[in-house]
Amino acid sequence: MTDPIGYRRPDPATQPPYDVPAYGSTHHRHPKQAPVRVPHTLTEVSGPRFSPAWYAPHADLSTLNGKAALGERIIVAGRVLDEDGRPVRGAMVEVWQANAAGRYHHPGDQHDAPLDPNFLGRGRVFTDEEGNYRFTTIRPGAYPWRNHPNAWRPVHIHYSLFGAGFAQRLITQMYFPGDPLLAYDPIFLSTADEAARNRLIARFDLDITEPEWALGYRFDIVLRGREATPFENDGAH
Amino acid sequence: MTAATASQTAGPYWHLIDFPEWADLLRADGPNAGVTGGERIVLTGRVTDGQGAPVADAMVEIWQADPEGRYDGAFHGFGRCGTDADGMFRFVTLKPGPVPGRGNQTQAPHVVLSIFARGLLKQLVTRLYFAGEALNENDPVLQAIEPARRGTLIARRTAAPGEWRLDIRLQGEGETVFLDV
Repeated sequence: MTDPIGYRRPDPATQPPYDVPAYGSTHHRHPKQAPVRVPHTLTEVSGPRFSPAWYAPHADLSTLNGKAALGERIIVAGRVLDEDGRPVRGAMVEVWQANAAGRYHHPGDQHDAPLDPNFLGRGRVFTDEEGNYRFTTIRPGAYPWRNHPNAWRPVHIHYSLFGAGFAQRLITQMYFPGDPLLAYDPIFLSTADEAARNRLIARFDLDITEPEWALGYRFDIVLRGREATPFENDGAH
Repeated sequence: MTAATASQTAGPYWHLIDFPEWADLLRADGPNAGVTGGERIVLTGRVTDGQGAPVADAMVEIWQADPEGRYDGAFHGFGRCGTDADGMFRFVTLKPGPVPGRGNQTQAPHVVLSIFARGLLKQLVTRLYFAGEALNENDPVLQAIEPARRGTLIARRTAAPGEWRLDIRLQGEGETVFLDV
Protein backbone atom coordinates (compact mmCIF):
# COMPACT_ATOMS: atom_id res chain seq x y z
CA MET A 1 0.00 0.00 0.00
CA THR A 2 1.29 3.45 -0.91
CA ASP A 3 1.98 5.71 2.03
CA PRO A 4 -0.43 8.63 2.29
CA ILE A 5 0.92 12.10 1.56
CA GLY A 6 1.08 14.04 4.82
CA TYR A 7 0.42 17.68 5.56
CA ARG A 8 3.21 20.23 5.90
CA ARG A 9 4.32 21.29 9.36
CA PRO A 10 3.66 24.94 10.16
CA ASP A 11 6.39 27.50 10.77
CA PRO A 12 6.05 27.85 14.56
CA ALA A 13 6.02 31.65 14.33
CA THR A 14 2.81 31.55 12.30
CA GLN A 15 0.85 29.66 14.98
CA PRO A 16 0.35 30.47 18.67
CA PRO A 17 2.18 28.43 21.33
CA TYR A 18 0.31 26.67 24.14
CA ASP A 19 2.04 28.57 26.95
CA VAL A 20 1.23 32.28 26.74
CA PRO A 21 1.89 33.96 30.11
CA ALA A 22 -0.14 37.05 29.15
CA TYR A 23 -3.21 34.86 28.59
CA GLY A 24 -4.09 33.67 32.08
CA SER A 25 -6.20 30.67 31.12
CA THR A 26 -3.15 28.99 29.57
CA HIS A 27 -1.33 28.77 32.94
CA HIS A 28 -2.82 25.51 34.15
CA ARG A 29 -3.93 24.18 30.79
CA HIS A 30 -0.78 24.01 28.67
CA PRO A 31 1.16 20.73 28.64
CA LYS A 32 4.65 20.95 30.10
CA GLN A 33 5.94 18.10 27.95
CA ALA A 34 6.66 18.58 24.27
CA PRO A 35 4.14 16.87 22.01
CA VAL A 36 5.37 13.71 20.28
CA ARG A 37 5.68 14.17 16.55
CA VAL A 38 4.08 11.39 14.55
CA PRO A 39 4.25 10.83 10.79
CA HIS A 40 0.89 11.21 9.10
CA THR A 41 -1.05 8.05 8.40
CA LEU A 42 -4.51 7.41 7.01
CA THR A 43 -5.83 8.56 10.39
CA GLU A 44 -4.49 12.08 9.93
CA VAL A 45 -4.98 12.54 6.19
CA SER A 46 -8.57 11.37 6.11
CA GLY A 47 -11.36 13.35 7.71
CA PRO A 48 -15.10 13.43 8.20
CA ARG A 49 -17.35 14.35 5.29
CA PHE A 50 -20.21 16.53 6.42
CA SER A 51 -23.28 16.19 4.30
CA PRO A 52 -25.61 19.20 4.41
CA ALA A 53 -28.36 16.58 4.63
CA TRP A 54 -27.25 15.79 8.18
CA TYR A 55 -25.62 19.10 9.03
CA ALA A 56 -28.13 21.69 7.86
CA PRO A 57 -26.67 24.99 6.63
CA HIS A 58 -27.73 28.16 8.39
CA ALA A 59 -26.30 31.18 6.59
CA ASP A 60 -28.40 34.02 8.01
CA LEU A 61 -27.67 34.87 11.64
CA SER A 62 -29.26 38.30 11.33
CA THR A 63 -32.85 37.16 11.81
CA LEU A 64 -34.61 34.72 14.09
CA ASN A 65 -38.12 33.52 13.35
CA GLY A 66 -38.45 36.28 10.80
CA LYS A 67 -37.49 39.06 13.22
CA ALA A 68 -34.38 41.14 12.69
CA ALA A 69 -31.59 41.20 15.24
CA LEU A 70 -30.41 44.57 16.51
CA GLY A 71 -27.13 45.94 15.25
CA GLU A 72 -25.26 46.67 12.07
CA ARG A 73 -26.06 44.01 9.46
CA ILE A 74 -22.97 42.68 7.68
CA ILE A 75 -22.10 40.08 5.06
CA VAL A 76 -18.95 38.04 5.58
CA ALA A 77 -17.57 36.13 2.61
CA GLY A 78 -14.29 34.62 1.56
CA ARG A 79 -12.49 31.56 0.30
CA VAL A 80 -11.06 28.55 2.06
CA LEU A 81 -7.82 27.53 0.35
CA ASP A 82 -4.91 25.28 1.20
CA GLU A 83 -1.32 26.52 1.43
CA ASP A 84 -0.85 25.84 -2.28
CA GLY A 85 -3.79 28.09 -3.14
CA ARG A 86 -6.13 25.25 -4.03
CA PRO A 87 -9.76 25.62 -3.00
CA VAL A 88 -11.03 23.42 -0.18
CA ARG A 89 -14.37 22.25 -1.51
CA GLY A 90 -17.34 21.26 0.62
CA ALA A 91 -15.63 22.37 3.83
CA MET A 92 -17.98 22.78 6.76
CA VAL A 93 -17.56 26.22 8.34
CA GLU A 94 -19.19 26.89 11.70
CA VAL A 95 -19.29 30.39 13.16
CA TRP A 96 -20.34 31.80 16.52
CA GLN A 97 -20.23 35.27 18.04
CA ALA A 98 -21.52 37.80 20.57
CA ASN A 99 -24.47 40.05 19.75
CA ALA A 100 -24.20 43.74 18.86
CA ALA A 101 -24.03 44.65 22.53
CA GLY A 102 -21.11 42.30 23.17
CA ARG A 103 -23.04 39.51 24.88
CA TYR A 104 -23.16 35.82 23.96
CA HIS A 105 -26.38 33.86 24.03
CA HIS A 106 -24.73 31.55 26.56
CA PRO A 107 -25.48 30.92 30.25
CA GLY A 108 -21.81 31.44 31.12
CA ASP A 109 -21.78 35.01 29.82
CA GLN A 110 -22.84 37.35 32.63
CA HIS A 111 -21.60 40.59 31.06
CA ASP A 112 -23.99 43.42 31.93
CA ALA A 113 -25.16 43.98 28.38
CA PRO A 114 -28.56 43.10 26.93
CA LEU A 115 -29.40 39.83 25.24
CA ASP A 116 -31.19 40.16 21.93
CA PRO A 117 -34.18 37.81 21.64
CA ASN A 118 -33.71 37.80 17.88
CA PHE A 119 -30.05 36.80 17.88
CA LEU A 120 -28.51 33.45 18.77
CA GLY A 121 -25.12 34.03 17.14
CA ARG A 122 -24.36 30.72 15.50
CA GLY A 123 -24.25 29.62 11.88
CA ARG A 124 -23.06 26.85 9.56
CA VAL A 125 -22.15 27.10 5.90
CA PHE A 126 -20.33 24.97 3.32
CA THR A 127 -17.75 26.05 0.76
CA ASP A 128 -18.61 25.68 -2.93
CA GLU A 129 -16.46 24.26 -5.75
CA GLU A 130 -14.18 27.32 -5.66
CA GLY A 131 -13.87 27.28 -1.88
CA ASN A 132 -16.23 30.24 -1.42
CA TYR A 133 -18.39 30.69 1.65
CA ARG A 134 -20.74 33.49 2.71
CA PHE A 135 -23.04 34.34 5.59
CA THR A 136 -25.05 37.28 6.87
CA THR A 137 -24.90 38.42 10.47
CA ILE A 138 -24.66 41.53 12.60
CA ARG A 139 -21.39 43.13 13.65
CA PRO A 140 -20.61 41.81 17.13
CA GLY A 141 -19.72 44.11 20.03
CA ALA A 142 -16.57 44.18 22.11
CA TYR A 143 -16.86 42.81 25.64
CA PRO A 144 -14.84 42.79 28.85
CA TRP A 145 -13.08 39.73 30.24
CA ARG A 146 -11.13 39.21 33.40
CA ASN A 147 -7.74 38.31 32.02
CA HIS A 148 -6.11 41.50 33.33
CA PRO A 149 -7.34 44.88 34.62
CA ASN A 150 -9.67 46.61 32.15
CA ALA A 151 -9.33 43.80 29.61
CA TRP A 152 -11.63 43.89 26.56
CA ARG A 153 -11.76 41.43 23.69
CA PRO A 154 -11.56 43.03 20.27
CA VAL A 155 -14.61 42.51 18.08
CA HIS A 156 -14.42 39.01 16.61
CA ILE A 157 -16.29 36.09 15.07
CA HIS A 158 -15.25 32.53 15.97
CA TYR A 159 -14.65 30.09 13.10
CA SER A 160 -14.48 26.30 13.08
CA LEU A 161 -13.34 24.57 9.87
CA PHE A 162 -12.98 21.00 8.66
CA GLY A 163 -10.77 20.32 5.64
CA ALA A 164 -10.24 17.07 3.78
CA GLY A 165 -7.91 15.67 6.44
CA PHE A 166 -8.29 15.72 10.21
CA ALA A 167 -4.80 17.27 10.41
CA GLN A 168 -6.30 20.36 8.71
CA ARG A 169 -8.85 20.92 11.49
CA LEU A 170 -8.80 24.60 12.48
CA ILE A 171 -10.55 26.81 15.00
CA THR A 172 -9.73 30.50 14.73
CA GLN A 173 -11.16 33.99 15.13
CA MET A 174 -11.84 36.71 12.58
CA TYR A 175 -11.18 40.29 13.67
CA PHE A 176 -12.29 43.62 12.19
CA PRO A 177 -10.02 46.24 10.61
CA GLY A 178 -9.06 49.28 12.64
CA ASP A 179 -10.04 47.83 16.01
CA PRO A 180 -7.96 49.65 18.66
CA LEU A 181 -8.35 46.71 21.06
CA LEU A 182 -6.20 44.42 18.89
CA ALA A 183 -3.04 46.07 20.22
CA TYR A 184 -3.95 44.99 23.77
CA ASP A 185 -5.34 41.51 23.16
CA PRO A 186 -3.08 38.64 24.32
CA ILE A 187 -5.06 36.12 22.25
CA PHE A 188 -4.58 38.04 19.00
CA LEU A 189 -0.97 38.84 19.92
CA SER A 190 -0.14 35.20 20.78
CA THR A 191 1.02 34.53 17.21
CA ALA A 192 4.58 35.87 16.91
CA ASP A 193 4.62 36.55 13.18
CA GLU A 194 3.00 39.92 12.47
CA ALA A 195 1.95 39.05 8.92
CA ALA A 196 0.33 35.83 10.11
CA ARG A 197 -1.47 37.76 12.85
CA ASN A 198 -2.74 40.39 10.47
CA ARG A 199 -4.26 37.74 8.22
CA LEU A 200 -6.76 37.19 11.04
CA ILE A 201 -8.18 40.64 10.28
CA ALA A 202 -10.97 40.77 7.71
CA ARG A 203 -10.94 43.45 5.02
CA PHE A 204 -13.82 45.76 4.24
CA ASP A 205 -14.96 44.89 0.70
CA LEU A 206 -17.20 47.14 -1.36
CA ASP A 207 -17.88 44.31 -3.82
CA ILE A 208 -19.37 42.18 -1.06
CA THR A 209 -21.26 45.19 0.33
CA GLU A 210 -24.88 45.26 -0.86
CA PRO A 211 -26.41 48.69 -1.51
CA GLU A 212 -29.11 49.76 0.94
CA TRP A 213 -28.62 46.49 2.80
CA ALA A 214 -25.34 45.52 4.48
CA LEU A 215 -21.60 46.21 4.64
CA GLY A 216 -19.37 43.45 3.32
CA TYR A 217 -16.19 41.97 4.75
CA ARG A 218 -13.80 39.51 3.16
CA PHE A 219 -12.06 36.88 5.26
CA ASP A 220 -10.01 34.23 3.47
CA ILE A 221 -8.80 31.20 5.40
CA VAL A 222 -5.84 28.95 4.61
CA LEU A 223 -5.67 25.34 5.75
CA ARG A 224 -2.50 23.24 5.79
CA GLY A 225 -1.22 22.04 2.41
CA ARG A 226 0.14 18.67 1.40
CA GLU A 227 3.82 17.86 1.53
CA ALA A 228 3.95 16.95 -2.16
CA THR A 229 3.06 18.91 -5.27
CA PRO A 230 -0.46 18.64 -6.67
CA PHE A 231 0.89 16.60 -9.60
CA GLU A 232 1.95 13.82 -7.26
CA ASN A 233 -1.31 13.95 -5.41
CA ASP A 234 -3.60 11.92 -7.65
CA GLY A 235 -4.38 9.41 -4.93
CA ALA A 236 -5.91 12.01 -2.64
CA HIS A 237 -9.63 12.03 -2.17
CA MET B 1 2.70 29.80 -0.64
CA THR B 2 0.65 31.36 2.12
CA ALA B 3 1.06 29.80 5.53
CA ALA B 4 -1.99 28.27 7.17
CA THR B 5 -4.22 30.66 9.11
CA ALA B 6 -3.26 30.99 12.77
CA SER B 7 -5.31 29.01 15.25
CA GLN B 8 -7.14 30.89 18.04
CA THR B 9 -8.82 29.60 21.16
CA ALA B 10 -12.39 28.29 21.01
CA GLY B 11 -12.95 30.31 24.19
CA PRO B 12 -15.58 29.70 26.86
CA TYR B 13 -18.67 30.14 24.66
CA TRP B 14 -18.07 27.49 22.01
CA HIS B 15 -21.26 25.74 23.21
CA LEU B 16 -23.08 27.83 20.64
CA ILE B 17 -21.86 25.13 18.24
CA ASP B 18 -22.52 22.31 20.69
CA PHE B 19 -25.14 19.84 19.55
CA PRO B 20 -25.12 17.27 22.36
CA GLU B 21 -26.58 14.56 20.12
CA TRP B 22 -23.32 14.56 18.11
CA ALA B 23 -21.70 12.67 21.02
CA ASP B 24 -23.84 9.66 20.07
CA LEU B 25 -22.47 8.50 16.73
CA LEU B 26 -25.14 5.78 16.61
CA ARG B 27 -28.12 8.14 17.10
CA ALA B 28 -31.21 6.99 15.28
CA ASP B 29 -31.57 10.17 13.23
CA GLY B 30 -27.86 10.67 12.52
CA PRO B 31 -25.52 9.91 9.63
CA ASN B 32 -24.89 6.35 10.88
CA ALA B 33 -28.57 5.45 11.11
CA GLY B 34 -28.28 2.82 8.36
CA VAL B 35 -24.98 1.31 9.51
CA THR B 36 -25.16 -2.26 10.81
CA GLY B 37 -22.61 -4.52 12.47
CA GLY B 38 -19.71 -3.71 14.73
CA GLU B 39 -19.40 -3.57 18.49
CA ARG B 40 -21.17 -0.73 20.26
CA ILE B 41 -18.91 0.93 22.82
CA VAL B 42 -18.97 3.92 25.16
CA LEU B 43 -15.86 6.11 25.50
CA THR B 44 -15.70 8.25 28.60
CA GLY B 45 -13.18 10.14 30.68
CA ARG B 46 -12.41 13.26 32.66
CA VAL B 47 -10.36 16.22 31.50
CA THR B 48 -8.37 17.87 34.28
CA ASP B 49 -5.91 20.76 34.40
CA GLY B 50 -2.52 21.23 36.05
CA GLN B 51 -4.14 21.67 39.45
CA GLY B 52 -6.20 18.53 39.09
CA ALA B 53 -9.37 20.57 38.65
CA PRO B 54 -11.97 19.40 36.14
CA VAL B 55 -11.96 21.28 32.85
CA ALA B 56 -15.67 21.96 32.63
CA ASP B 57 -15.70 23.98 29.41
CA ALA B 58 -13.76 21.77 26.99
CA MET B 59 -14.91 20.60 23.60
CA VAL B 60 -13.77 17.07 22.84
CA GLU B 61 -13.91 15.75 19.29
CA ILE B 62 -13.25 12.22 18.08
CA TRP B 63 -12.29 10.86 14.68
CA GLN B 64 -12.04 7.14 14.05
CA ALA B 65 -12.18 4.34 11.49
CA ASP B 66 -15.07 1.91 11.13
CA PRO B 67 -15.01 -1.64 12.57
CA GLU B 68 -13.14 -2.81 9.45
CA GLY B 69 -10.48 -0.12 9.88
CA ARG B 70 -11.69 2.03 6.99
CA TYR B 71 -12.07 5.78 6.91
CA ASP B 72 -13.83 5.87 3.54
CA GLY B 73 -16.68 3.49 4.26
CA ALA B 74 -20.27 4.32 5.15
CA PHE B 75 -19.50 4.89 8.82
CA HIS B 76 -19.24 8.57 9.87
CA GLY B 77 -16.51 8.41 12.51
CA PHE B 78 -16.82 11.92 13.90
CA GLY B 79 -18.27 13.05 17.22
CA ARG B 80 -18.24 16.12 19.45
CA CYS B 81 -18.94 16.30 23.18
CA GLY B 82 -18.71 19.10 25.71
CA THR B 83 -17.29 18.26 29.12
CA ASP B 84 -19.72 18.59 32.03
CA ALA B 85 -19.21 20.26 35.42
CA ASP B 86 -16.99 17.33 36.47
CA GLY B 87 -14.92 17.55 33.31
CA MET B 88 -16.46 14.35 31.94
CA PHE B 89 -17.06 13.48 28.29
CA ARG B 90 -18.99 10.51 26.93
CA PHE B 91 -19.29 9.18 23.38
CA VAL B 92 -21.33 6.27 22.03
CA THR B 93 -19.74 4.71 18.94
CA LEU B 94 -18.52 1.51 17.30
CA LYS B 95 -15.18 -0.02 18.14
CA PRO B 96 -12.76 0.76 15.29
CA GLY B 97 -10.73 -1.94 13.56
CA PRO B 98 -6.96 -1.94 12.92
CA VAL B 99 -5.87 0.69 10.41
CA PRO B 100 -2.99 0.45 7.91
CA GLY B 101 0.09 2.37 9.00
CA ARG B 102 3.02 3.56 6.95
CA GLY B 103 4.97 0.98 4.98
CA ASN B 104 3.80 -2.47 6.00
CA GLN B 105 2.87 -1.44 9.52
CA THR B 106 -0.52 -1.95 11.12
CA GLN B 107 -1.95 0.52 13.59
CA ALA B 108 -3.79 -0.91 16.56
CA PRO B 109 -7.46 0.13 16.85
CA HIS B 110 -7.52 3.75 17.99
CA VAL B 111 -9.64 6.86 18.20
CA VAL B 112 -8.23 10.36 17.74
CA LEU B 113 -9.18 12.76 20.53
CA SER B 114 -8.92 16.52 20.02
CA ILE B 115 -9.41 18.92 22.91
CA PHE B 116 -10.39 22.55 22.41
CA ALA B 117 -10.98 24.95 25.29
CA ARG B 118 -10.50 28.37 26.76
CA GLY B 119 -6.78 28.62 27.46
CA LEU B 120 -5.87 26.37 24.52
CA LEU B 121 -4.82 28.55 21.61
CA LYS B 122 -4.84 25.47 19.41
CA GLN B 123 -6.26 22.03 19.89
CA LEU B 124 -4.46 19.29 21.77
CA VAL B 125 -4.47 16.00 19.90
CA THR B 126 -3.99 12.55 21.35
CA ARG B 127 -5.18 9.00 20.67
CA LEU B 128 -7.23 6.53 22.64
CA TYR B 129 -6.13 2.89 22.42
CA PHE B 130 -7.84 -0.14 23.95
CA ALA B 131 -6.17 -2.07 26.78
CA GLY B 132 -5.47 -5.72 26.05
CA GLU B 133 -5.32 -5.28 22.28
CA ALA B 134 -2.46 -7.48 20.99
CA LEU B 135 -1.66 -5.01 18.20
CA ASN B 136 -0.81 -2.34 20.80
CA GLU B 137 2.59 -4.01 21.19
CA ASN B 138 3.62 -3.06 17.66
CA ASP B 139 1.65 0.14 17.12
CA PRO B 140 4.02 2.75 15.62
CA VAL B 141 2.58 5.67 17.59
CA LEU B 142 2.65 3.86 20.92
CA GLN B 143 6.20 2.70 20.12
CA ALA B 144 7.25 6.33 19.58
CA ILE B 145 6.27 7.16 23.17
CA GLU B 146 8.47 6.38 26.13
CA PRO B 147 7.11 3.27 27.88
CA ALA B 148 6.44 5.04 31.18
CA ARG B 149 4.00 7.44 29.52
CA ARG B 150 2.31 5.09 27.04
CA GLY B 151 -0.43 4.28 29.49
CA THR B 152 -1.83 7.80 29.17
CA LEU B 153 -3.19 6.77 25.77
CA ILE B 154 -4.67 3.42 26.79
CA ALA B 155 -8.32 3.25 27.82
CA ARG B 156 -9.42 0.66 30.39
CA ARG B 157 -12.70 -1.17 30.65
CA THR B 158 -15.04 0.06 33.35
CA ALA B 159 -17.62 -1.98 35.24
CA ALA B 160 -20.28 -0.94 32.73
CA PRO B 161 -20.62 -3.30 29.73
CA GLY B 162 -18.91 -1.99 26.61
CA GLU B 163 -17.59 1.09 28.37
CA TRP B 164 -13.96 2.28 28.17
CA ARG B 165 -12.42 5.12 30.14
CA LEU B 166 -9.46 7.36 29.40
CA ASP B 167 -8.76 10.44 31.52
CA ILE B 168 -6.97 13.40 29.98
CA ARG B 169 -4.54 15.39 32.11
CA LEU B 170 -3.57 18.60 30.38
CA GLN B 171 -0.57 19.38 32.61
CA GLY B 172 1.60 18.05 35.42
CA GLU B 173 1.55 14.68 37.21
CA GLY B 174 0.50 11.96 34.79
CA GLU B 175 0.29 14.44 31.94
CA THR B 176 -1.30 12.93 28.85
CA VAL B 177 1.03 12.43 25.91
CA PHE B 178 -0.16 14.78 23.18
CA LEU B 179 0.75 14.31 19.55
CA ASP B 180 2.26 16.80 17.13
CA VAL B 181 0.31 15.90 14.02
